[in-house]
Amino acid sequence: MTSTDMPSFASATQAEVVRDPHYNFGYLDESTKRMLRRALLKAVAIPGYQVPFGSREMPLPYGWGTGGIQVTAAIIGAGDVLKVIDQGSDDTTNAINIRRFFARVTGVRTTESTRAASIVQTRHRIPETPLREGQIVVFQVPIPEPLRWLEPSETETRTMHALAEYGGMHVKLYEDIAQHGHIATTYDYPVVVNERYMMRPSPIPKFDNPKLDNNPALMLFGAGREKRVYAVPPYTRVKSLDFQDHPFTVEKWSDCCALCGSRDSYLDEIILDDQGTRRFVCSDTEYCADRQAAGHGGPAAGEYTA
Amino acid sequence: MYVAVKGGERAILNSYRMLDSYRRGDPSVPALTLAQIREQMPLAVSRVMAEGSLYDPHLAALALKQAAGDTIEAIFLLRAYRTTLPRFGYTQPLDTARMGLQRRISATFKDVPGGQILGPTYDYTQRLLDFSLEDDAPAQPLPPADVPVASTMPRVTDLLRHESLVEDDAVPPGDPAPFDLTRQPLTFPASRPARLQNLARADEGYLLSMGYSTQRGYGNTHPFAAEIRYGTVEVEMFVEELGFAVTVGEIDVTECQMVSQFAGDPQEGPRFTRGYGLVFGYGERKAMSMALVDRALRAAELGEAADSPANDHEFVLYHSDNVEASGFVQHLKLPHYVDFQANLELVRRMRHELAQQQQQARHAAGDDTSAAAMHDGAPTTRAAAASSLDEAIAS
Amino acid sequence: MTAPAPLLSVRGMTHTWDGIHGCRDIDFDLYPGEVLCVVGESGSGKSTLLQAVSCQVAPQAGSVRYDLREEGLTDLATLSSARLRLLARTDWGFVRQNARDGLRMQVSAGANIAERLMAVGQRHYGGLREVAGNWLHKMEIDVGRLDDAPASFSGGMQQRLQIARNLVTHPRMVFMDEPTASLDVSVQARLLDLLRQLVSDLGLAAIVVTHDLAVARLLAHRTLVMRGGRVVESGLTDQILDDPQHPYTQLLVSSILQS
Repeated sequence: MTSTDMPSFASATQAEVVRDPHYNFGYLDESTKRMLRRALLKAVAIPGYQVPFGSREMPLPYGWGTGGIQVTAAIIGAGDVLKVIDQGSDDTTNAINIRRFFARVTGVRTTESTRAASIVQTRHRIPETPLREGQIVVFQVPIPEPLRWLEPSETETRTMHALAEYGGMHVKLYEDIAQHGHIATTYDYPVVVNERYMMRPSPIPKFDNPKLDNNPALMLFGAGREKRVYAVPPYTRVKSLDFQDHPFTVEKWSDCCALCGSRDSYLDEIILDDQGTRRFVCSDTEYCADRQAAGHGGPAAGEYTA
Repeated sequence: MYVAVKGGERAILNSYRMLDSYRRGDPSVPALTLAQIREQMPLAVSRVMAEGSLYDPHLAALALKQAAGDTIEAIFLLRAYRTTLPRFGYTQPLDTARMGLQRRISATFKDVPGGQILGPTYDYTQRLLDFSLEDDAPAQPLPPADVPVASTMPRVTDLLRHESLVEDDAVPPGDPAPFDLTRQPLTFPASRPARLQNLARADEGYLLSMGYSTQRGYGNTHPFAAEIRYGTVEVEMFVEELGFAVTVGEIDVTECQMVSQFAGDPQEGPRFTRGYGLVFGYGERKAMSMALVDRALRAAELGEAADSPANDHEFVLYHSDNVEASGFVQHLKLPHYVDFQANLELVRRMRHELAQQQQQARHAAGDDTSAAAMHDGAPTTRAAAASSLDEAIAS
Repeated sequence: MTAPAPLLSVRGMTHTWDGIHGCRDIDFDLYPGEVLCVVGESGSGKSTLLQAVSCQVAPQAGSVRYDLREEGLTDLATLSSARLRLLARTDWGFVRQNARDGLRMQVSAGANIAERLMAVGQRHYGGLREVAGNWLHKMEIDVGRLDDAPASFSGGMQQRLQIARNLVTHPRMVFMDEPTASLDVSVQARLLDLLRQLVSDLGLAAIVVTHDLAVARLLAHRTLVMRGGRVVESGLTDQILDDPQHPYTQLLVSSILQS
């Protein structure tokens, strides 16, 4: 441990994170990065296919984004601009932790702006702001295997993917409709990529699934603990599973965002008092702040310190 | 009402300060030194090195201090540090037959060449709290023994092997380079080297439970501890430029050889089968558990029934790493409110629909005495079926 | 008039577990729409025969040839595992003695029946439900139980559910391993009746392994009698049961078998 890791607490807010020269650029050594990039190339060449890789222990625990961190560490360069979000926000503790880590081991410029970012590492959301060619989104994945609920054995699930034996997945959807009248999966909703491999898009709400389809950006998925990476190349067909007479639908709210008035974004519910009074605000905090800055407002605009 | 949507970073920085204070405790109490941890908690240090997969007592002591005594957190620190270290190459295999022994026992024979050397062990103590440890009596140095420990002692399993009583543990033909679990992901079917590496760094409590289960009927291997050794071995590395191997250091290891249930071979007759355990430092419980689980994972290969949890390769090997397990279990503390929100909305909607259907059913029962018409065939959902059943009962 | 081609043709098939126990030198043909019973006591090798013929284990000697729809009689050992798995899911059925082993206990009866259809690409929920409902009806199970879990069904109903699950893709051949052995005697007769009707209605070919001669009598056109891993007698069921030639068959027919 070096003396530069604990910032001086004289100024406790938003302490500057300085590039730590004791670590290689991106923390991982070059041969590990090369190994990861080879795995990623294979993943891009076979959209939706899970490529095994030699995951390393990282300074954040397994289950907290080590896959996403390793993917970002393998691809990030000095000229990149990095945005990190968790639950759609730049300010949640996990996002802050990861952003500080990369600032420390790369010195790369970080941002909260989706438009300005070249790499967006995310946990559980896709930004509302549309992405463009040349951008890369890195998803943190807890369980990469869509068939895991059906079949605990890895040997068997690999065979099922190889033979495209996906009938069992539809059994789950059928059962949901039979028992609940609806498909009960609301996040991490399974998709078929490039009309071949079934994939889990990570626990993004199904609201975000349509963004995966034909997106101009490159989408990379990293599962550190499970040691798999996979990818959706730009402009790839991604279709959410459904039935012809029960087509895939996304969530809708009757309210709009209390701060910016948006009716098109994913809204978080905030409970205000013991009687259960609720307000809804955009989960994507940057998108919301942008809209407010552009003059849009919702019923509670101005009530909160931005 | 103020809703906090900013300030996460400041909260994190403050939590660092609180952690520092928690770890340090009462400032009037002298701080722990690394030397104290290394010298006086060597079993904790051994465990951190073994599961951290890194032999460095100084760093292990540092990790334990930083982790405020939490062994699994210390193991995680060491593993993360290990990721940053450059890899020079692979050493020669350790020759545990040439161990500088501190302890060597065998449960399979009353006496063995070289004798039963008890060494420093809790095995024969009574577990009574020793209140004399509340004070710091000056330590008495150990006088040297009358007779030195023999410099080499034949292994018990080698003695059995001479009579062909135990299966061979020979180097496979061609002496292929073993799999490296720290560089490649585990795939199935997993070779024995891959399995042993996984077990060597596995959580001690987990292996202990798994091994224990095999003794209680979840898989039956009837094991005997043929030999347990603890001591120092030399680490040698072949240096290309010199053309020979040089000793680069010495490490302490604990080795356990179990012999179990004999397996039959129509050609050669029955032999005892083996289980093997090896850990950094002094860790007998871990080495013994490892040997039990190693043997349990070989059940299918040896033609035995393999339907207990300890026989299931994927189950045992995928859940043995406490760094992975701890990370994933504790990740539930991370915010999950977006996904929870999605479920909340669905549950609310389904309850609303059910309430509506029930209300319609009551309405229909009140207005119309004839049974409500159903679709051709079965109703679309259980909820709809329930409401039409209500109708049928009411009419 | 040319003789009809067999659906399945087995020649010299051998599979043993340890060099001794299993089945040896098995020869028979199975024709479309024909039911063949393999009878024997436990240890006779009849279950091994079924596993080898259905490719769950690879025969150590001999051949198993099946009439693939496009290619005619083909040696199954030459097919890729992908092709074999597809064949097993669409053109074959396998009914296990214990229904729980052949069902997904955690999903509804409807999901169990419709699974194979979903596996081959059917994507209309209403349509799948209707087909599943029709099959429940055909198996004499109340259609209202379509959404119930198999755990709530009686043993006989579970077995009928397992059969429906296997037949929904209209396979041409079904393997059955002691289909009635786990059921009460009172329930067995009804299931056998149902099976006999289904086989004839759907033109199914079937190989049924059983220790119970009554099952052979009721279901099978032809029967193989096994002992010590070999077929000791084969022929039309009625002939074998009414006029057994081999001393072992005579013993079987004249005595009361223990299961």
